[in-house]
Amino acid sequence: MSETPSLLRRLIDAGLFIDTGAPGLYGRSGAFEDVIDRIDAAFVRAAGDDVTEVVRFPPGMNRGVFEKSGYLKSFPQLAGTVHAFCGAHGDHMELLEHLAAGEDWMAKQQPTEVVLTPAACYPLYPVVAARGPLAPEGGLFDLQSYCFRHEPSEDPARMQMFRMHEMVRLGDPDQVLAFRAQWLERGQALVASLELPFSLDLANDPFFGRGGKLMAAGQRAQQLKFELLVPIHSEEHPTACFSFNYHQDHFGLTWDLKTAAGEVAHTACVGIGLERVAIALFNQHGLNAADWPAGVRKALWG
Amino acid sequence: MIERIRKLVAEFAGTNVDVGKLGDDGDLYRAGMTSHASVQLMLGLEEAFDIEFPEDLLTPDTFSSISAIAKALDGLGVGVAS
Ligand SMILES: [Zn+2]
Repeated sequence: MSETPSLLRRLIDAGLFIDTGAPGLYGRSGAFEDVIDRIDAAFVRAAGDDVTEVVRFPPGMNRGVFEKSGYLKSFPQLAGTVHAFCGAHGDHMELLEHLAAGEDWMAKQQPTEVVLTPAACYPLYPVVAARGPLAPEGGLFDLQSYCFRHEPSEDPARMQMFRMHEMVRLGDPDQVLAFRAQWLERGQALVASLELPFSLDLANDPFFGRGGKLMAAGQRAQQLKFELLVPIHSEEHPTACFSFNYHQDHFGLTWDLKTAAGEVAHTACVGIGLERVAIALFNQHGLNAADWPAGVRKALWG
Repeated sequence: MIERIRKLVAEFAGTNVDVGKLGDDGDLYRAGMTSHASVQLMLGLEEAFDIEFPEDLLTPDTFSSISAIAKALDGLGVGVAS
């Protein structure tokens, strides 16, 4: 066959990705992870002198927090819930029989208190709210997490489990919008230093259903979301590698987050899709990172 | 029809201003209607008037005021007299 193998195939053949049999769920090689670490460090370096509070959460979050966050109103189709066996001895026997017979064995699986984290910043807001009002300078947090989105795909840049590094700003509208404007510049400078073609565009989240059409149009009309896009498998449909999101007072109202002045806090976050940037690099500069252009290697490895 | 719309706005829009005092042209988003509330309002209008908004009308402009909603319904053939 003379057809060019897909990017996914090439990543697997090069040993960078390890096929697990489930679309959007891949193992990563050491060489791939080295690039991820370097991109991660470059993202933190891009924050310059910003004084951030580093917080890490596991890739599963409290179901009650998830339910209250409003995620299910907007993206029920993407959420992943964790279920576990909650039966008795007899149920266990039944489970094993069904399993052996290749039948549905999930009848006694019950939802746990854990939901897979859909975006790195979601667990943060109630934690900050519990501390009381923000300081006059607001809050600035550094988060990184594996995230889950149920969208099985053969596109290696659309994984079901992937890492997102986020900076999250909480404060008054001016503070939060200044943060986003600053990161729009930083994001472009970072991607330019990696010698990747990119564009910046107004965007909307993949809101569910007909109501979601209205939500998406509203998000665009208010310029709440921008994406930094890099063409990976197509020029026409470039892949979002950064997103710059202004949530207005959504999380402030949801979690009763207050500024020092007693107003409802506004929030914004900037997120980098670490695997997406890595894949964009392998796609653009070749599957062996040692052969990448000197400028790119310097930007990442110093 | 304006009064029917006003009642639905009061029920679904979640404004922090009394809808009775809001003029027909008063901006519902500025009055505190969130985007999620606008979806509830859209669904409430569809049920009440037994219509389905076409995709090109699923924008904030369509639901921005009582008169904007009336205009959209009018365009969908919901008579002003109904
Ligand atoms: Zn976020």
